Amino acid sequence: MTPNPVTRGHVEDFLYHEAALLDEWRLNDWLALLTADAVYYVPSTDAPASDHRSALFLIADDATRIKARVKRLMDSQAHAEFPHSRTRRLIGNVRITAASDTDLSVEANFTIHRFRRGAPERKFVGRYVYRLTVTKDGLKIAERRAILDSTELGAQSAVSFIL
Amino acid sequence: MVTDTPYIIDRPEDMIFRLNRRTLADPAVLEAERSAVFDSSWIYCGHESEISGPGDFQTRVVCGRPVIFARDSHGDIRVFLNACRHRAAQVCREPCGNMRRYNCFYHGWSYDRDGRLVGVPGEDSYPPGFDKADFSLAEAPRAEGYKGFWFISFNPHVAALNDYLAGAREYIDLVVDQSPSGTMEVVEGTQEYDIRANWKLLVENSFDDYHLLTTHKTWLDYMKDSGVNVEPPAGQGLLLPSRGIGKGLGNGHAVIDNINFRGRPVARWISIYGEDAKPEIAAIRAELVDRLGEARAARVADTNRNLVIFPNLVINDGSSITIRTFWPEAADRMKVTAWALGPAEESDRARARRLDSFLTFYGPGGFATPDDVEALESVQAGLATWRETEWSVMSRGMNKTGEQLNTDEEHLRAFWRRWNELMIADT
Repeated sequence: MTPNPVTRGHVEDFLYHEAALLDEWRLNDWLALLTADAVYYVPSTDAPASDHRSALFLIADDATRIKARVKRLMDSQAHAEFPHSRTRRLIGNVRITAASDTDLSVEANFTIHRFRRGAPERKFVGRYVYRLTVTKDGLKIAERRAILDSTELGAQSAVSFIL
Repeated sequence: MVTDTPYIIDRPEDMIFRLNRRTLADPAVLEAERSAVFDSSWIYCGHESEISGPGDFQTRVVCGRPVIFARDSHGDIRVFLNACRHRAAQVCREPCGNMRRYNCFYHGWSYDRDGRLVGVPGEDSYPPGFDKADFSLAEAPRAEGYKGFWFISFNPHVAALNDYLAGAREYIDLVVDQSPSGTMEVVEGTQEYDIRANWKLLVENSFDDYHLLTTHKTWLDYMKDSGVNVEPPAGQGLLLPSRGIGKGLGNGHAVIDNINFRGRPVARWISIYGEDAKPEIAAIRAELVDRLGEARAARVADTNRNLVIFPNLVINDGSSITIRTFWPEAADRMKVTAWALGPAEESDRARARRLDSFLTFYGPGGFATPDDVEALESVQAGLATWRETEWSVMSRGMNKTGEQLNTDEEHLRAFWRRWNELMIADT
């Protein structure tokens, strides 16, 4: 087996690019970063290590549902995010935790600040767990899991945008 | 009453029902509610499935008090007040688990599973007459369950839970009948979130179907894109894809009871579940028919019911089953806790389908709830004008005799009438 040539630098560039697309609400461009069978999970705050098939999550989207989520969020009738909130995500402590020829497991910490007129600032802190696939077009996201550190959603109120 | 202005104007003969906006905005009203509404009623505490054996516990805040919802040494359900009898520190600070002893770390007093004080460091320094038997953990004055749902009351004279629930029992039964053994269970994973709005707005919103068309247009679009028919049937004068009714159930409880269009894990297939789910949904349905008969099975499987149990419990049996309760932190802020509920014996695949179906609509990351939160917070912002704009109108359906629709407001009025009765009686 040849060693996977993808470095942490490549992964960081990829995650920063993803963060920029999400912060700029370029959600259709963001979809292009996903594999055809991508999944996106946000576990409930009291069961961060659980399985979405046996535990209630906040979000457990398959690829079809991710596209539906993006369609919804780009609709002016998605009232919780229209007008769109401003988000700013800071991503750090990026680590490649496992690698094969075709796949990478990646973890990173995030802080996402959300601002909206008339609403208090909401801060989402946690870590990402990614499964990235190496394709001829570069890295793609096969799975992304955003695990919040808060013990309850509380004042964060809703996960109305893509975490 | 806080002022001479009434909380509601209720004149059925003139087809007028108005709600004083002060009830949703004034901190003095909340202060009065704490005793008149919450401390006089049964308040939902937890489901028996969350604690299964002796020593199991869940700590939570119910009716503003920290409590330990627990099984004692005999496996009986007890609700202890989570405050040491010595100086009031909490004797259990874990969210859930199993305890042999409840230990107060402050000075080391400890209590057994039955709440008896069993350990006092340096007990010999207390004066004569000090008896540990006098210092058992306090308990909620009343704690009773109905089919697995446990409530507490801080009113020792409150009616028996069974009587209090009145017509709501029928609707709890429709939920519990989904389990072949009558055993429902709360699923792991809790959704806990705040809404910057008065708690009664979530009561209304939880079973107000009038808002569905505009607030949840993107959810209806999602259903439509997924192959679900969301067109209202022709010629019935309906706003929504199916007919539903709204009604009071006594004691302030109320319900909307709708013909299903949005799919049901037990047991009505829709395209979102996928073709491969059809045989299992059919089998679940067949079991219902076998056990309950055709008519009752159809009642369970073909209707969605959003139930409000006065004052602050919601059991919505729609795309999935959710138990939702909420507590006012302030006149304009509440904490919401929501769980998923399912038949204990359902298969792994059926459970996964139930949870997936839950998330299409409900919860802080669902396709609908975030827009409800937005709506309620928008209402609360508007309520800052309560002194000038004073009255909300809630008269939909008052021109009808007989049955009222889910998009009418009779069920909302039922809640408010009871709320008003209690608030007036308290003065």
